[in-house]
Amino acid sequence: MRHFLQIDGLNTEDLHHILDTTESFTSVDDRAVKKVPLLRGKTIVNLFFEPSTRTRTTFELAAKRLSADVLNINIATSATTKGESLLDTLFNLQAMNTDMFVVRHPESGAAELISKYVDSHVSVINAGDGRHAHPTQAMLDMFTIRKHFKDFSKLSVAIVGDILHSRVARSQIEALNLLGTKEIRVIAPRTLLPANVEQLGVEFFQNCREGLRDVDVVIMLRLQKERMQGGFIPSEHEYFQLYGLTPERLAIAKPSAIVMHPGPINRGVEISSEVADGPQSVILQQVEYGIAVRMAILSLAMSSDDSLDTGSNN
Amino acid sequence: MKLEIINGHLVDPKNEINQQANVYIADGKVIAVGKQPADWQADQCIDAKNNLVLPGLVELSASLREPGHEHKATVQSETKAAAAAGITSLACLPTTDPVVDTPAQVELIEQLSQSSGQCHVYVIGALTTNLNGENLSEMAALKAAGCVGVSNVFHPMKSSLVLRRAMEYASSQDLTVFSYPLVHALANHGCVHEGITSSRLGLPGIPAAAETAAVAFQIALIEELQVRTHFCRISTHRSVSMISRARFDKLPITADTSILHLYLTDQEIQGFDGLCHNQPPFRTLDDREGLRKGLQDGSLSAICADHQPHEIEAKLAPFQSTEPGSSTLETLLPLTLELVKEDALTLSDAVNLVTQQPADILGIPAGNLCVGAYADACIVDLNHSWILNSENMLSRGKNTPLLGDQLNGRVTHTILNGKLIYETNLQ
Repeated sequence: MRHFLQIDGLNTEDLHHILDTTESFTSVDDRAVKKVPLLRGKTIVNLFFEPSTRTRTTFELAAKRLSADVLNINIATSATTKGESLLDTLFNLQAMNTDMFVVRHPESGAAELISKYVDSHVSVINAGDGRHAHPTQAMLDMFTIRKHFKDFSKLSVAIVGDILHSRVARSQIEALNLLGTKEIRVIAPRTLLPANVEQLGVEFFQNCREGLRDVDVVIMLRLQKERMQGGFIPSEHEYFQLYGLTPERLAIAKPSAIVMHPGPINRGVEISSEVADGPQSVILQQVEYGIAVRMAILSLAMSSDDSLDTGSNN
Repeated sequence: MKLEIINGHLVDPKNEINQQANVYIADGKVIAVGKQPADWQADQCIDAKNNLVLPGLVELSASLREPGHEHKATVQSETKAAAAAGITSLACLPTTDPVVDTPAQVELIEQLSQSSGQCHVYVIGALTTNLNGENLSEMAALKAAGCVGVSNVFHPMKSSLVLRRAMEYASSQDLTVFSYPLVHALANHGCVHEGITSSRLGLPGIPAAAETAAVAFQIALIEELQVRTHFCRISTHRSVSMISRARFDKLPITADTSILHLYLTDQEIQGFDGLCHNQPPFRTLDDREGLRKGLQDGSLSAICADHQPHEIEAKLAPFQSTEPGSSTLETLLPLTLELVKEDALTLSDAVNLVTQQPADILGIPAGNLCVGAYADACIVDLNHSWILNSENMLSRGKNTPLLGDQLNGRVTHTILNGKLIYETNLQ
């Protein structure tokens, strides 16, 4: 695959191939010298038009463990505020002989746009575009789930919270569907659900009591503070009352259920500290696996294997 | 100067002609149809054998971009494209820079179009000063300068009260209000139809209700005030139903839809293609069918190109940041005729929707080939298939989602005021 832009367009084998490759990279972390020479001499640019800590640092670590040279560019505060267009910024950086762009952008479709205009040897990895997709996050979530449960076809997964604004949820839903998950539920008030959400291949619930019943995986989403201003919900207090994950509410799920969150978490808004730090939480494992998953995706994109290509139609 | 168009199949809905008939033109006007006048000696003869002869097309909405946006297009470039598309009259919008809210701006555009000499250009003036939605424009002065109507286009009105007063004031100047129905708060900076496509792509959606609520609201006002209103660019089937009912109730309402809305739906936007960014957005298959039905039953009175040429860069951005609109003058006629092939419309009705009916909406002397009328006409080779591409488009804007598509039917000659102003030899 040359580009990794979205889950949509991949098939089940592609996802397992990525997950298997990830497995082989998890051991790198345990070595004394945490490096493999796969991408030696390659230049990777982390092109972030939006602030990020976790995603950017795990991409950076992944690239460095693959021995690539990494350049971090935070555009939110530089070129585009000088009126330079997205593509002009890109062409300037490309002129410096880069091999790959890892792109985060506040607008849906930005990574795909960039992928259409880069030189033919350059790869583009989507590190989150608007509300559209965050495919590497979805893959690390799938990897985390696979670590705990072998068979997706027996799993019930609930995604709780602001689905409407969440690129993570969209990519998770696509990946879970491709992996044959038995049941995918979304739980949120109608204001935080996208239109025709059931056509994405999920069942939706407006309350946790029904939605969390007997699920194996609970994925909590972050609630942005600005949602209170937009009239999506009345208050953090009421949101927590209705959707916050407390030990009592988690007890509705299966006893073996795991709790996930793409981070950063808002304690006391969508999740209580007891749950976030509790025995069922795998939130920090997600962060850890994030490095191996990104190593897998970076190396697959840089290899000449064209069998995986999520670059849309071309 | 005497011109004759012979052997062509004439379609003139106003005169209920749909058969082979010759057209005889002298001194810029039609002097006879069918029967050759006595002592006739033509200076120029156009043989339209195997071709259609139509009244020149009337376009309700073309952005000519001048003054202020000459990097997109000019009056000259776009009227030339209009002529090549068989369009002999068009109405342009007040969304120039500066806005058309004074007689001087109207006169400037009229001068530019006269010196271009490719198309009759009519101006729709601003409903409010600088389109600010708050202060009424000097509509009597605009009318005196030649404006055929007033509109705030897609710029929001400050309040429903200002809208009411603007509609009433326009009415007392005998000006049609060209209304673009949209509740801006509901549209909420959306850029595609709100539905499964917006959900899948993570793009902010514009619900159908953003249009239907505005249509319902304005129909309530029109019912009370009896002000002549034309609804521009209807995109939902529910709006069509409401307009149908209002027209049945004899309210002074007309409405149009754009040619692209009769073909495209939100399904076309799978790849974040900025060329599919349109306002109003392309909606669902049900909406598309509702619009077609609205044309069949007369709820909608016109098909327009809704021509919006852009420079290339306007579409080179993430979808939401691209500028909406397409360059469509040159696809209006082929796509309208395609509706006939698809049995959605009769040939006569299709021609009526792009000639006489839009002319009536604008209140201009055009859209037919009555004896004594201005001789504006076009000749169309119905069987000519061609591929739309940026090389064969005359508009300076190459922004259309139809690039690379095959179109059927092409204008071979355009006659304006009895003069052949465009001619092409088709291979």
